[in-house]
Amino acid sequence: MTSAIVASGLRKSFGGKVVLDGVDLEVAAGTTFSLLGPNGAGKTTTVQVMSTLVRADAGEVRVAGHDVATDPAAVRAAIGVTGQFSAVDNLLTGEENLLLMADLHHLSRAEGRRRATGLLDRFDLAEAAAKSVATYSGGMRRRLDLAMTLIGEPRIIFLDEPTTGLDPRSRRMMWQTIRELVGGGVTIFLTTQHTPDLDDVFFALTGRPAAATTPEMENAR
Amino acid sequence: MTTMAFVVRDSATMTRRSLRHVLRYPVTLVVSVAVPVLLLLLFVGVFGALKASLGPGPHASYIDYVLPGIIVMTAGYGSSVTAQAVNRDSTEGIIGRFRTMAISPVSMLTGYVVSTLARTLVSAALVVAAAIGLGFRPTAGAGRWLAAAGVTILLVLALTWLAVSFGLAAKTAEGLTGFILIVQLLPFVSSAFVPPDQMSGSVRWFAANQPFSSVIDTLRGLLTGTPSGGTVLTAVAWCVGLSLAGSLWARALSRRDLNR
Repeated sequence: MTSAIVASGLRKSFGGKVVLDGVDLEVAAGTTFSLLGPNGAGKTTTVQVMSTLVRADAGEVRVAGHDVATDPAAVRAAIGVTGQFSAVDNLLTGEENLLLMADLHHLSRAEGRRRATGLLDRFDLAEAAAKSVATYSGGMRRRLDLAMTLIGEPRIIFLDEPTTGLDPRSRRMMWQTIRELVGGGVTIFLTTQHTPDLDDVFFALTGRPAAATTPEMENAR
Repeated sequence: MTTMAFVVRDSATMTRRSLRHVLRYPVTLVVSVAVPVLLLLLFVGVFGALKASLGPGPHASYIDYVLPGIIVMTAGYGSSVTAQAVNRDSTEGIIGRFRTMAISPVSMLTGYVVSTLARTLVSAALVVAAAIGLGFRPTAGAGRWLAAAGVTILLVLALTWLAVSFGLAAKTAEGLTGFILIVQLLPFVSSAFVPPDQMSGSVRWFAANQPFSSVIDTLRGLLTGTPSGGTVLTAVAWCVGLSLAGSLWARALSRRDLNR
């Protein structure tokens, strides 16, 4: 089985505070990987390093076979990222947000429309498609954010706390979507504060800086 | 497609996005025309009486004297709108999303700059049209008008690159206060409303030598008088220098780690 993500000796500190202290992990292609840990454990930083937003102080990360430090463009072409806070354009409508993403993925107009319509239906946003995102509820924004990530059909998806703040129905919808994606061969790297209700590999970041190998990681293997 | 073709295509997408914001919320455009026109009315009404103190010259009326300064203020206001828009994109996270996508950072910056240029030039044209309605009588021929448009474009580029940089650099909207104050208030201490040689001491020195004055004097020369070559060169040098500094700064900011 090939690896979608490989990290070794990942270190990062912000202003003298060590956030990641030698993280090693490996995610097989087509699986879900849950990174578990309390607030401040470095989950978001890990996602930011892997998605090329933040440079690590030390260590190597390869995503889809490309080094995030030396070839970020190739990594970006392979990934989709949904952060902890909805990264949507509040001044546009839901549909316009999706079409913006379609344009940035260089899809043809017809293909962009086709995928946007499909995603709006799938995420229960068809009725609100022509409304400004500023009027959306928190759950709707999270669903739109995920739809925007999916429109480029990435093979590796990072989800930072995808279910935090969602009501039970939206949360079920999120897990359902994750299962479908993995069923289609997509690799999911997600962070969570709770034990995930997916029976896949997970790796815990403790409140302390993440250690190279934790008992949880050993258990998981 | 080649890399360059993608950069052009992504820049066009980003520009469309920003222009769509303007069309969706046209109040931005209305305010960016209404505020300068109100200032024009205010100054012509309040200071028009000072016309005599301008001495003998080509200025048939105070409105002819004051309009170039109002054009510069229109550009200043336009850039403060851009700084706020860039900062909103930065703090709300959409820039983070763009940066995880296979898009050249240059495209994102180009989108802001081109859309600001379009929006501000429309505002400036409407302000000039309103001024003509209020009695502004330019003596410029087509060539001079084109030159004035060119200088205005250079000024807008300089202010926009700085606006984009400040928008990216500020962690909150409050962090933009300094920039907004500078672009909106600095034109008051310039040759916009009163000739600097009628001011005193250090204020006179500052008003005579600050960048807005050279641009205002150039526009005034082109539209209603005779431009002086030295002033034109100074204005162009300021605009090109500030554009260069602003664009390099924006480029650096668009590549640094997120949240830093």
